[in-house]
Amino acid sequence: MLSRTWSSIARVGPQALAGSNVVSARQYSITAPRPLEIAQKLKVTIIPGDGVGPELIYCVQDIVKQTGIPLEFEEVFLSEVHYTRSSSIENAVESIGRNNHVALKGAIEESAVLHTEGELQGLNMRLRRSLDLFANLVHIKTIDGIKTRHGKKLDFVIVREQTEGEYSSLEHQLVPGVIECLKISTKPKCERIAKYAFDYATKTGRKKVTAVHKANIMKLGDGLFLRTCEEVAKQYPKIQFESMIIDNTCMQLVSKPEQFDVMVMPNLYGNIIDNLAAGLVGGAGVVPGQSVGRDFVIFEPGSRHSFQEAMGRSIANPTAMILCAANMLNHLHLDDWGNALRKSVNDVIEEGKVRTRDLGGYATTIQFADAVIDKFRI
Amino acid sequence: MLSKLTTSARVAVRHGSAASAIRTHKIPGQRLPLAKYGGRHTVTALPGDGIGPEMIEHIRKIFSFCHVPVNFEEVQVSSSLVGVNDLEAALLAIERNGVAIKGNIETKHDDPSFKSRNVELRSRLDLYANILHCVTIPTVPSRHKDIDVVLIRENTEGEYSGLEHETVPGIVESIKIVTREKIERIARMAFEYATLNGRKKITAVHKANIQKLGDGLFLKVIRDMSEEYKNIKFESMIVDNASMQLVSRPQQFDVMVMPNLYGNIISNIACGLVGGPGLVSGMNIGSKYAVFETGTRNTGTSLAGKDLANPTAFIRASIDMLRYLDCHYHANLISDALWKTLVEQRVHTRDLGGQHSASDVVNCTLQNVEKIMEAER
Repeated sequence: MLSRTWSSIARVGPQALAGSNVVSARQYSITAPRPLEIAQKLKVTIIPGDGVGPELIYCVQDIVKQTGIPLEFEEVFLSEVHYTRSSSIENAVESIGRNNHVALKGAIEESAVLHTEGELQGLNMRLRRSLDLFANLVHIKTIDGIKTRHGKKLDFVIVREQTEGEYSSLEHQLVPGVIECLKISTKPKCERIAKYAFDYATKTGRKKVTAVHKANIMKLGDGLFLRTCEEVAKQYPKIQFESMIIDNTCMQLVSKPEQFDVMVMPNLYGNIIDNLAAGLVGGAGVVPGQSVGRDFVIFEPGSRHSFQEAMGRSIANPTAMILCAANMLNHLHLDDWGNALRKSVNDVIEEGKVRTRDLGGYATTIQFADAVIDKFRI
Repeated sequence: MLSKLTTSARVAVRHGSAASAIRTHKIPGQRLPLAKYGGRHTVTALPGDGIGPEMIEHIRKIFSFCHVPVNFEEVQVSSSLVGVNDLEAALLAIERNGVAIKGNIETKHDDPSFKSRNVELRSRLDLYANILHCVTIPTVPSRHKDIDVVLIRENTEGEYSGLEHETVPGIVESIKIVTREKIERIARMAFEYATLNGRKKITAVHKANIQKLGDGLFLKVIRDMSEEYKNIKFESMIVDNASMQLVSRPQQFDVMVMPNLYGNIISNIACGLVGGPGLVSGMNIGSKYAVFETGTRNTGTSLAGKDLANPTAFIRASIDMLRYLDCHYHANLISDALWKTLVEQRVHTRDLGGQHSASDVVNCTLQNVEKIMEAER
């Protein structure tokens, strides 16, 4: 230590010592190359949502607190069922913008009651629209210790467009008994979702992108999507591109799911495939996801169910939410923390001593979180 | 003496505080990020030859320490590899991400069939404007004080068109091409840049007394355009005189706009005046893409791997890039920390007469970043 200080004083050049501020040159010492730590804690927004959402989010907060992960939280409550207590969308947007453009979110229950006259869009849709979260990304990965029907190792990603298509909220009754739902596809939005899928594949070193469509029936709408994907693929010569019709994709997923790497698809198909694929690796409780826009990203479980029945019973599996938090840490370039958190979750599940009900055990949400904290090493 | 005072007063007034003297200026033009997801940009990194790879490592270190919302996609291009595939890959990567930071790629002088990859990159991506900001840093030894000049160079045509042939043995024709369209856009860039950053004067550098048509067109287009910008003084100067003026009284210049080859020479003179190749960064801006590199394009092969090369130019190139990406907070943060390192703490590498290594400069800058962040809390 002492020699270090001496050598650093010696290394302050003669020119600096000859200068006017000799004192400041002496006070200053160069330390050894420092490890890559961070200068301050990072703030993120949390949106607990409905059902078991709050339990899962608090479980993550508990883990963060106990393990010293450098995160701070700001809570924004958004709910459609408890609409009187709900904060406004504008508040949520502002909070996320303030906190590194990142949020961790539980599922928000869609209410069947229309509070505003003529408003067909749910809270989820409006949040997505105002943050322009055009892509939903779900990472389907088998975790050692969870039994699956096919027993194969899966590791693929589903990229879903989530701002247009069937979810445009344009529905009307022409004459009594005849209803038109409009599915809108636009070139710029097709382009950016395709580019996102390929950019993601490039960044994570994946080899293949599969576009899922129904262009044989919807020749114009899905045709546009397919053609745009083909065009974008030309910019990525190192990534293999193929296309598959949605019905065949479903069959392939349940029979030979290991063939997929990155899948990109329009809104409604994505919704269905997300849930189908989540079922392949252990259900809604273990699959993390994220909604990505240009400026913002929200981390939320891959299949967005509020699981109202389990509310307050501490039986929900927090794996998905904890993995979301781990992905969030990676996104914030806190890779060491993110990887450590992911590893501790995988270790707990692989060991199989602490299992929640969906995985055939009797442990509570809290017990699972405690087990994760015990396993956490950094 | 008087001119010195007025210049430093001008610098102080323009920037508010001393540390912001090296902050990157605002860059004109509307930009839509091509690869920004969840608030994070993806940027292509081309390490190049010589000291490039270690410099990219320094930038990575600084960026992750400061939480800069930028991810790198690294693509290797170097002159040692045979074939053009790697250059194609790099071009595609820049077209996808829109922005790149780049170390220099060595050009083999002797082989006429080998096109400079740097020139190739610039012309294929249509990076028409090369912008350098040369400003003296108080503690860095230099012959002149208070230099603050912006050099804007046309980057895609003129002498660099690559059209040379030997008509009969012993007679070689090199063709210099100038077009009104390209002069107009470089002139527009210069005037917009000056307006946006509150600059007062634009000097067009030319050789229109000899090349009456080629450089004459350059001069005419810029002079015509200057009519639109009443607040900016316009003057022209012949390149030989400009070189002399630059080494004798560089403080008189504010913004200089130049055709390709003159720009190359003048910008090297200006870089030399303020302390050498290790200090100044250069931006290459096109209508769709931008590539950031050091101001004078040297590979520094002799310094590679020794932790000696001055990282300042590269750090400033990364700051330029952050400005271009509209990450103004991080751009100013790193810029001010670097200023503190160079001016207040005098952590200088050998090229500036100091004894420090490149990683000392980087580590010291990180410490300053931490201090600034703490002070802000």
